[in-house]
Amino acid sequence: MTFRGAPPRPAASRLRRNDRRLGYLLIAPEILVLLAVTAFPLAYNAWNSVRHVDLTDPATTGFVGAANYRALLSSDEFRATLGRTVAYTVVSVAVQLAIGMVVALVLHRRFRGRALVRAAVLIPWAVPTVVCAMLWKTMFDPRTGFVNYLLGLAHLPGSDTTWMAGPWTAWFAIFVADAWKTVPFVALILLAGLQVIPEDIYEAARMDGADAWQQFWRLTVPLLKPALLVALVFRTLSALLVFDVVFIMTGGGPGDTTETLAYLNWQAFLVDSNFGAGGAVSIVLVAMSLAIAGAYTRLLRTDREATP
Amino acid sequence: MTAGVRPLLLRGVGFAALVAVIVATSIFPFLWILRTSLQSDAEFGQGATRLLPRHPTFDSYVSNFTEQDFLRPLVNSTVVCAVSTVVSVLFATLAAYALSRLRIAGTGLVLGFVLLAGFFPVLAMVGPLFLLYRKLGFLDSGYPLVLAYMVYTLPIATWLLKNFFDQLPASLEEAALIDGATRLQALRYVVVPVAMPGVFTAAILSFILAWNDFAFALSFLQTPSEFTAPLAIVNLGQSQYQVFYNRIDAAVVVITLPVVLLVLLAQRRIVAGLTAGAVK
Repeated sequence: MTFRGAPPRPAASRLRRNDRRLGYLLIAPEILVLLAVTAFPLAYNAWNSVRHVDLTDPATTGFVGAANYRALLSSDEFRATLGRTVAYTVVSVAVQLAIGMVVALVLHRRFRGRALVRAAVLIPWAVPTVVCAMLWKTMFDPRTGFVNYLLGLAHLPGSDTTWMAGPWTAWFAIFVADAWKTVPFVALILLAGLQVIPEDIYEAARMDGADAWQQFWRLTVPLLKPALLVALVFRTLSALLVFDVVFIMTGGGPGDTTETLAYLNWQAFLVDSNFGAGGAVSIVLVAMSLAIAGAYTRLLRTDREATP
Repeated sequence: MTAGVRPLLLRGVGFAALVAVIVATSIFPFLWILRTSLQSDAEFGQGATRLLPRHPTFDSYVSNFTEQDFLRPLVNSTVVCAVSTVVSVLFATLAAYALSRLRIAGTGLVLGFVLLAGFFPVLAMVGPLFLLYRKLGFLDSGYPLVLAYMVYTLPIATWLLKNFFDQLPASLEEAALIDGATRLQALRYVVVPVAMPGVFTAAILSFILAWNDFAFALSFLQTPSEFTAPLAIVNLGQSQYQVFYNRIDAAVVVITLPVVLLVLLAQRRIVAGLTAGAVK
């Protein structure tokens, strides 16, 4: 611990020591709870992942070394699921970020009723994911939903689409539901970023003859980088771990074409009662999440050091 | 509005159209849900043939609370989320105060860990907690959910309150400390009252995030009488031949109303709380 400024007087240093002791006491409840819900599951998963743990057949429990990981990495289902999940993450995050940017730019402009529009945008974020998934399941229902009704009214093709019956249409429905709930969050983060960019920078750029497009890419985007990175890390991780929407809208189907890593993990635990294989999937998920969070943190930090 | 992006977003009519699309996309699905929830089973069964229900009826709402017991999961959710909110706001207040004021070693490390915990994959928690709860005989009851929900609520509450305390001048409680109050008394009687807006925001966000849970409830609960509201919705309206979305949507409307009210009332605080720290 380093002291800033002048060396403290003895009485002050005793006070500070007491403060510090109290400090540890005050953070203890929170740290213990967070360790119980993160470090404990991590350790337990790691332990289970090198054992055979089948709740339906407890007698077979025992150490198996890397067998669970070998089985996982050589399984076509896992590889396909990994590829699917990563592809969905990349595509959905990119599209959601682009839409979120447009919404943020709109909300950044002053106009009458802006507060109401902002509240309207915030509501999808606040409803539970289950509500969001059910709502879009209703909307995409082939016979009773709005999407096909609208397509029919407009005499557009596809008004008899059974959305959950094909992998591409099912993924599209999942994406729409996911985006509807998460774009508001992205937009609000970016909006907060936009609001701290000083206006006069743009005036200077305009005087130098930069057009709107150049101003956006050369000024707005670089200056928005911290907010963009924050939005990006939140979205990337939640897209990578998408579960609720998939479970409710498609149940992983048709076949297993919309199963994600998180879905696979849930299945291993609660359908197959295989906590060894599930533990191995969990470890993969944690490793991927940590790697992504770490990479973004580094990007953010170097960004900050570059522009003090 | 920064002048630089204005021309990118069109002017006048084009901009108004863009605003209309954004609002419609956010709101229209709710209106469709409301419309579907007002249909009778028979009318719903005929498919979507018109925009408005022919004979609006509250049958779906009535059946959710009479034939089904949707009140029970609503109460369950409220209790579980209220308990997790109170506990997490309390723990987060204590921790945030220590992190903001008491100069403990490793403050940065603790804050980093709290943030990282917020990113921990929920499904990776499900297996070990399931085994633990099974061993302790906690499965199939609401209270163990409280512990699990802390992973949603503690990180955001702590970061938000830490930011909030950082903005309060230290002189605020120094006077109380000089007058002989202990740190805890100063926190309780001087700092917390001033920080009430922050505490309130932390509570709202915690409640919304806990109310959002599906994965834990799905994994730890088996008996319908213990279900939380989101879990119960999934099981409503299922019949042998068809899914009655009119009944599901009635429940969706019921569960959405309080959220809409909360957002309309506390919009500013929610936005400020969500984006705190994002731009610093």
